Amino acid sequence: MAKSIEAKNLNVYYGKFLAVSNVNFTVAPNSVTAFIGPSGCGKSTVLRTINRMHEVIAGATVQGKVLLDGEDIYDDGIDPVAVRRTIGMVFQRPNPFPTMSIYDNVAAGLKLQSGRTRKADLDGVVEKSLRSANLWAEVKDRLSKPGAGLSGGQQQRLCIARAIAVQPDVLLMDEPCSALDPISTMAIEDLIRQLKKDYTIVIVTHNMQQAARISERTAFFNLSATGQPGELVEMGETPKMFTTPTDKRTEDYISGAFG
Amino acid sequence: MTATLTAKPAPASHFAGPSGSRRFKNGLATVLVTAAFLVALIPLVWLLWTVISKGYHVVTSASWWTESQRGKTFESAGGGAWHAIVGTVEQVALCSIISVPIAILVGIYLVEYGRGAFAKVTTFTVDILTGIPSIVAALFIYALFISTFHGARAGWLVSLALVILMIPVIVRTTEEMLKLVPNELREASYALGVPKWKTIVKIVLPTAFTGIVTGVVLGIARVAGETAPLLILVGYSSNTNTDLFSNFQGSLPTLINDQFANLNHATGGTAYHLDANGNRVAGAVVNYAPDRMWGAALTLIAIILLLNVFARFIARFNKIAQ
Ligand SMILES: Nc1ncnc2c1ncn2[C@@H]1O[C@H](COP(=O)(O)OP(=O)(O)O)[C@@H](O)[C@H]1O
Ligand SMILES: [Mg+2]
Repeated sequence: MAKSIEAKNLNVYYGKFLAVSNVNFTVAPNSVTAFIGPSGCGKSTVLRTINRMHEVIAGATVQGKVLLDGEDIYDDGIDPVAVRRTIGMVFQRPNPFPTMSIYDNVAAGLKLQSGRTRKADLDGVVEKSLRSANLWAEVKDRLSKPGAGLSGGQQQRLCIARAIAVQPDVLLMDEPCSALDPISTMAIEDLIRQLKKDYTIVIVTHNMQQAARISERTAFFNLSATGQPGELVEMGETPKMFTTPTDKRTEDYISGAFG
Repeated sequence: MTATLTAKPAPASHFAGPSGSRRFKNGLATVLVTAAFLVALIPLVWLLWTVISKGYHVVTSASWWTESQRGKTFESAGGGAWHAIVGTVEQVALCSIISVPIAILVGIYLVEYGRGAFAKVTTFTVDILTGIPSIVAALFIYALFISTFHGARAGWLVSLALVILMIPVIVRTTEEMLKLVPNELREASYALGVPKWKTIVKIVLPTAFTGIVTGVVLGIARVAGETAPLLILVGYSSNTNTDLFSNFQGSLPTLINDQFANLNHATGGTAYHLDANGNRVAGAVVNYAPDRMWGAALTLIAIILLLNVFARFIARFNKIAQ
C-alpha cells in the first residue's frame, strides 16, 4: 500500500551544524520523485530523515514533521524501527550482507524482524521479491550462493529485492545507479518504473537525464555557499522543471549541468 | 624494427621510460623490503627448528602423552608431560570461559554502543590492563585470595590471574574486527527495520566472526605460556592433579622451569637403577632434563598451533555453513 509523504518545516542538524533548513514538500502515493542538486546540498540528509535513518548517526537531530499518510513519524510514541519497516531504503553502493546467500539476503528483513520464518512463506516472498527486482531469472539456480558474488548491477537489484521483501509502503533510493554501468542503470530504471505501481518512490540522483526519464516530479536542492545550510529551492512536475523552471537558480543548475 | 635497451627511444613513442633514479629507488626499496622480511623470518624459523629438533624425539614417545613425572629425577628415564598438559589445559580453559564472553561483550560495547565518559574510562582501563605484567596480575590475585581470604594455592587462582591478561587482548582484537565491519551493513540492516541489538548479533558479529575467533586464539596463546602466575599461585607438582580447586598442579611452563633447574647436572658418572626384574644395575648417568624441557616447549607450541588450526577450521566451517 503506497503512501503519501509530507515534510513540514524540516531542519536537519549534524550536532550543531544545520545541514538543511526549512524543507517542505509533498509526495503523492505511487509516484516517483527525484531529488537533484549539487553535492553537499543535503539531498541524502533529507532522504534519510524520511525513514529516520538520519538519527542512526551520532549527534544527528531533526526538527519539524514528516507525515506518512498524515501520521507524523517523529511523534513521541513512534518507534523508529517500525518506521523503517514501512519505509525501505536502497543505498548508493550495493551492500548485500557478505555472510549471507542470495536467498538469505532477500529473506533477511523478514527473518530478523520477527519470528515470521515459515519456510514456505519465505520461499514465496523471496521468489516474489526477486521477480519484482527483475533478478529472479538470473539467480534462481544459485540462490544458495553468496550475494557478494553477483555483479554490481545484480547486487543493487538484490538490495532492492531485499528492501521490498519486507513490503514497505515507500522506497527511498540514494543514488542507486551511481556505482553502476549504463546497462545495469537501465535495468534499475526499468525496475523503478514498474515498482511505482506498488510503492511511493523517492530517488536522489546526480544524473538529470535519469531524473527526466523516470520521475514525475523533481525537487531541486541548493546551497548558497559552503557552510550554509542546504535548502529546497523548488519542486514541480519534472518536464516543467527541466524546461521552464520558475527559479533562476534551478535554471542555472539545469542548463549548466546539461551544457 | 627491434629495439635494444641501449638504443635511443623510438621517436614514435610519446613516453619516456622510467628515469634511472626512479629505477634505482624502486630496486633499492625492493631489496630493503625483501631483506626486512628475511630478517623477520630468520628468528622464527630458527626458533621453531631448535624446539622441534630438540623436542621431537621426546614427544613422539607414547609415555610422554600418558604419564606424569611422578617419582622421576633428572637421571631416571621415562615419564611424561600428562600432568603438565592437564594443568595447562584446565587452567587456560577456565580462564577462557571467564574471559572470552566478558571481553567480547566489552568489545561490542565499545564499538557499537560506547559513547561518553563511561566508554572513555573503559577504553583507558583496557589500555592499562594491556600493559600489566603477568607477575603483577599474579600478585594481585595472591593478595586478594591468599593474603586477604586465606585461601590455598590452587590452579583456579592461576586462571583468574590469566583472565586479567587475556581480557585486554581479546577486547582489542574484537574492537578492531568490529570496526572493520562496514557501517553500510549496519545501515542496510537498520533500513530493513531490524533493531540494533539484532543487527549486531545477526549481521555485525557473523561478519567479524573469523577475526574475533583469531583474537580469542591470540589471547589464549598470550596466556598459555605465562609462568609467573603459576609459580606464585599454584607451584608445581610432578604428579597428575586434575583438581583445579585444590593442591599444587603441574603445567607446561613450570615443567619447563623444573627441568631447566636440572639442566647442568654432570653426566657420565655411574648411576644405579632397577631393571625389569628388580635387580640393581649400574649405568652411566644420563641427564634427561634437557630432553624433557624441549619436549615440554614443543608440546606447548603444538597445543597453541593446534588451537590455531582449530580456529581456522571453525572459521572455514562458519563460511561454508553460510
Ligand atoms: N555524518 C555526517 N556528519 C556530519 N556532517 C555530515 C554528515 N553527512 C553529511 N554531512 C554534511 O551535511 C551536508 C549535506 O550532506 P549530504 O546530505 O550528504 O549532501 P548530498 O547528498 O546532497 O551530497 C554536507 O555539508 C555534509 O558535509
Ligand atoms: Mg548524497
